[in-house]
Amino acid sequence: MSKQIRAVSLISGGLDSMLATKAIMEQGVHVEGINFFTGFCVEGHTHAIRKKDKDKPKRNNSLWVAETLGIKLHIIDIIEEYKDVLINPKHGYGANMNPCLDCKVFMVKKAKQWMEENDFDFIITGEVMGQRPMSQRRETMPIISAESGADDRLVRPLCAQSLPATLPEREGWIHRDQLFDFSGRGRKPQMALANEYGFTDYSQPAGGCCFLTDESYSNKLVDLWKSRGTKEYDLDDVMLLKVGRHIRPNRDFKVIVAREDGEARFMQGYKKSFINMNCASHKGPLALIEGDPSAEDLHLAAQIVARYGQGRDAEEVDVMVRDMSGNESILQVKPLGVDELPKEWFI
Amino acid sequence: MSQFELDARRLLCPLPVIRTQDKIKTLAVGDVLVVTCTDPGVMQDIPAWSRINGHKVLSTESGEYEFVITIEVGE
Repeated sequence: MSKQIRAVSLISGGLDSMLATKAIMEQGVHVEGINFFTGFCVEGHTHAIRKKDKDKPKRNNSLWVAETLGIKLHIIDIIEEYKDVLINPKHGYGANMNPCLDCKVFMVKKAKQWMEENDFDFIITGEVMGQRPMSQRRETMPIISAESGADDRLVRPLCAQSLPATLPEREGWIHRDQLFDFSGRGRKPQMALANEYGFTDYSQPAGGCCFLTDESYSNKLVDLWKSRGTKEYDLDDVMLLKVGRHIRPNRDFKVIVAREDGEARFMQGYKKSFINMNCASHKGPLALIEGDPSAEDLHLAAQIVARYGQGRDAEEVDVMVRDMSGNESILQVKPLGVDELPKEWFI
Repeated sequence: MSQFELDARRLLCPLPVIRTQDKIKTLAVGDVLVVTCTDPGVMQDIPAWSRINGHKVLSTESGEYEFVITIEVGE
């Protein structure tokens, strides 16, 4: 009896990896999915923190894709290992702090490790030549194969016909004529194939799957590094950069002001890790104070926080300040006027 | 068969799913895992993960701030 050939597929939750996986499953290969969590993934429910997004489906698209395809999905936490990819990218950054090429190499390398540990035979990705300006170009395809160590065990079903034959094709595990030659940024071939496979509901591409491609997020990350004088970060930093208004009056401290109830509820969990404050005499948002503020800085922070409460037009308001031990004190401040909050303070 | 608990509060998806996955790897078939979370997204994700990986969700409970999912470990 011949051995059942097994492949591991990098599942992002988007359409391309879904189609690439299906194309290989159609050839009788047993496929299981793998999804890497860097901390910067847009996938997941980070957006669900905000109330305004409450009507969006809360599903995790990689899980949904796996369930639709009927395959297992292994979600791997690579937060710690990913730091080196982000801080020291060999191939540099894209338009923002996105180290896309290094990221792809790293993920394929991790998939190769998983493949070997679990006795699988090859790796599938949903890459399409020319689709992404940094990581999915003709020149970068061989770099990813070589630097990841996956070499000819890396199959890109959606553009395989435009690439040299891989080991699974040469061995006859899969048939090249049942793979594709998609290229460029157009989505029509993918949508036609989705239709052929009967996929009517799939995640639409909307600005990528990583916060690091987002300019605003990247600016906040760079600001965090500059203020600390080091590029170190932890998961809480990554998460907090996704919520609230970030206002930095000086290098010593930053104020993170919740924009709505959902964010405030999420930020409540950080009250033991940060000095925090909210207006006591009027309704107003929760704010976390990050850094090493002086008494003067705390007074300014309270004025900023008061600016976002219902007492913004009052002569004076009471702001409750809590230290990390939960000790409370009241600061009486005049809320900053709109023209007293310089644009340069907003990160 | 034993019952185990997992505290996944304050974590945002997919981390509660990853913690559940990693804990279940250490358990035996038939064991029961009770996962407590604060991200409402787990109500969709943990059952989805359980279905595709052959585990059975015995119950889900939604509180104002916490969500509790009980899973029986499958093959």
